[in-house]
Amino acid sequence: MPSSEAGPVHFCMPQLGESVTEGQVVRWLKQRGEAVGRYEPLVEVTSDKVSAEVPSPVAGVLAEILADAGCVRPVGAPLCVIHPPSTPAAPCAPGPRYSPAVRHLAQLHGIDPAAVPGTGRGGRVTRRDVEQALALRAASPPPLPAAPPAVDPVRETLPPAGDPAGAAAARGSTDKSAPLSPVRRLIAQRTLISKHTAPHAWTLVEVDLTGLVRARERVKAAFLEREGVPLTYLPFVIHAVARTLREIPMMNATLVDEHIILRGAVHVGVAVGLEDGVVVPVIRDADALTVRGLARALHERVDLARRGLLSHRDVADGTFTVNNSGAFGSIASFPILHGAQAAMLTLEAIVPRPVVVGEGIAIRSMVNLCLSFDHRVLDGTHVGRFLQRVKGRLEALAEPLDL
Amino acid sequence: MPVKTYLASIHDGLEEAMAQDPTIVLLGEDIGPRGGVFGATAGLFARFGPDRVIDTPLAEGAIVGVAIGMAMNGFRPVVEIQFVDFILPAVDQIVSEAAKIRYRSNNDFHCPIVIRAPYGGGVHGALYHSQSLEAMFAHVPGLKVVVPSDPHDAKGLLHTAIADEDPVLFFEHKAAYRRLKGEVPDGPYEVPIGQAEVKRPGRDVTVVAYGLVLQHALAAAEELAGRGIDCEVIDLRSVLPLDVATVVASVRKTGRLLIAHEDHRILGVGSEVAAAVAEEALFDLDAPIRRLGAPFAPAMPYNPAQEQVFLLDAAHIAREVEALAQF
Repeated sequence: MPSSEAGPVHFCMPQLGESVTEGQVVRWLKQRGEAVGRYEPLVEVTSDKVSAEVPSPVAGVLAEILADAGCVRPVGAPLCVIHPPSTPAAPCAPGPRYSPAVRHLAQLHGIDPAAVPGTGRGGRVTRRDVEQALALRAASPPPLPAAPPAVDPVRETLPPAGDPAGAAAARGSTDKSAPLSPVRRLIAQRTLISKHTAPHAWTLVEVDLTGLVRARERVKAAFLEREGVPLTYLPFVIHAVARTLREIPMMNATLVDEHIILRGAVHVGVAVGLEDGVVVPVIRDADALTVRGLARALHERVDLARRGLLSHRDVADGTFTVNNSGAFGSIASFPILHGAQAAMLTLEAIVPRPVVVGEGIAIRSMVNLCLSFDHRVLDGTHVGRFLQRVKGRLEALAEPLDL
Repeated sequence: MPVKTYLASIHDGLEEAMAQDPTIVLLGEDIGPRGGVFGATAGLFARFGPDRVIDTPLAEGAIVGVAIGMAMNGFRPVVEIQFVDFILPAVDQIVSEAAKIRYRSNNDFHCPIVIRAPYGGGVHGALYHSQSLEAMFAHVPGLKVVVPSDPHDAKGLLHTAIADEDPVLFFEHKAAYRRLKGEVPDGPYEVPIGQAEVKRPGRDVTVVAYGLVLQHALAAAEELAGRGIDCEVIDLRSVLPLDVATVVASVRKTGRLLIAHEDHRILGVGSEVAAAVAEEALFDLDAPIRRLGAPFAPAMPYNPAQEQVFLLDAAHIAREVEALAQF
């Protein structure tokens, strides 16, 4: 059994989730020179909107901090040095590692192995995964020259670094500057990619929610008392959306490498606004939940999101996203598609308005549902049919509510 | 095609070769009227007489020394060492004389001898009747080391070994003698030395073995096929010269390699195969190379349960391959 000599351990930026490539040091929980126990929380890092306290892999003394709070480091980059008293040195935990075969193939064909879904142990990218990705690419060569993957889309839009004159000119004396937080950076990256890759089209339908509004008024107090969570309008909308997605799978799709993938599961993401940024926790298999179940799931996700406790799984695998833009009084919004999904719907503010009903004019509780969609995947016919069904479902809601 | 045991195919190979070539002489302990402890030379004394089937004293150094002398004087001696464990007194003759004569004499002399020896465990042979020593001899330039895995190859390789102009060590797994049966063509034929064979093509994991363990590897491959893992099984057939090219070609396809042998894992044939593949096919490797072999412990235990732990079987190999396939 080979034994390693006790020596300094380089503690590295952990991989906080699949396809996460960097993280930011939030704060050090131990200071330089301080003793740290094995598995004792050492540093808080954040990445992909989720933060985590990372424990020390060894017992020892925190000898050197290589990345101060606020620093962004790639996964696998050393963050600090720990001198173990007499324990053997643990190997530096690296980031995603690829076998020689994977690296070679990836280099040969100019493919980014990080972009290949891994099927090996622990999600490792295997040689066959790369071969399959290549076969897929070969089977459907891109009509447009592929964008070089190494370019950081966010950086592209920023003024070049090393141009202090330009940067200073853009900044007045009373202005304040703050580096992009990881969350803002991620949002910047994702929205930019989404806007660049998916031709967004937009549509809006009016829905008469008078029946639902009346019915909800009667039951909401009892519901809160019984269930411990408020009965908002959003669960009804998710309920209608999830069931309609089942009926029109094209709406529950994503475009990957010239293939439209109809997602087998209906996992509905819900945008939750935070102090700095927005996060989209996912209600998995939303089509299998009742309104009551959705209300509970929603409450739980929003609560976790606000407390910063969402795990990667909580925000992964969404197939369609709903945003309650109406919470701020908006009556129309144009959402940017999320996570390569083909469509995203917003629920706007419910407002009493005079509308024509039959031969007369009545005050009805009206709401707009807005929908952005990826025109590469969907056309007006899919979207029209989808919105008509959602509208029909919501307008049919009346006492007694099926919760 | 007739079905024969591993032992019968070796017996037939000896008989066919001797009938063809009068310079072939057998030497060994109890190989005459007794026919050898395992019966590999049964009936040959009666057919070819005491000048060609020579019972020797229990002195392996002398047996091999005499054979070397005969080989240098126009004979083709085939020596039987009763158990490979007993070959050690003859190592000086094999390593310092037989292996080096061609070099030392500047090609004036050469040494066409074959040394047959049963090796391997699983027969409750304990310390003195269970060893595998191929790696030791595979480290000696000037020798050839052959370990057939089935009756067909056993006879073909024996013919090739006897025809070879240089010393060949021919190791026969004693547990295979009567247990392994297979189709063996009548009459002499040759299986090349230094050429591995893909015994079972596959695409997921390359399993390299030789001797009896090759049979375990094939059984493991069958079992794994039912679980969707497609093994390519390569029989080295000779461990010296080692056919690296066949193994590398397979690893280029599968990216994953397991080498299994009954000999100790540490510094075994598998170590050389692993190193050669790492040198030649690094950029095709998709998983760490794995080796299976006996623990680095002094001897095969006599206790049957412990003996089983010491030995490899199909389940061992299947477990290891499965882990590799899932890596």
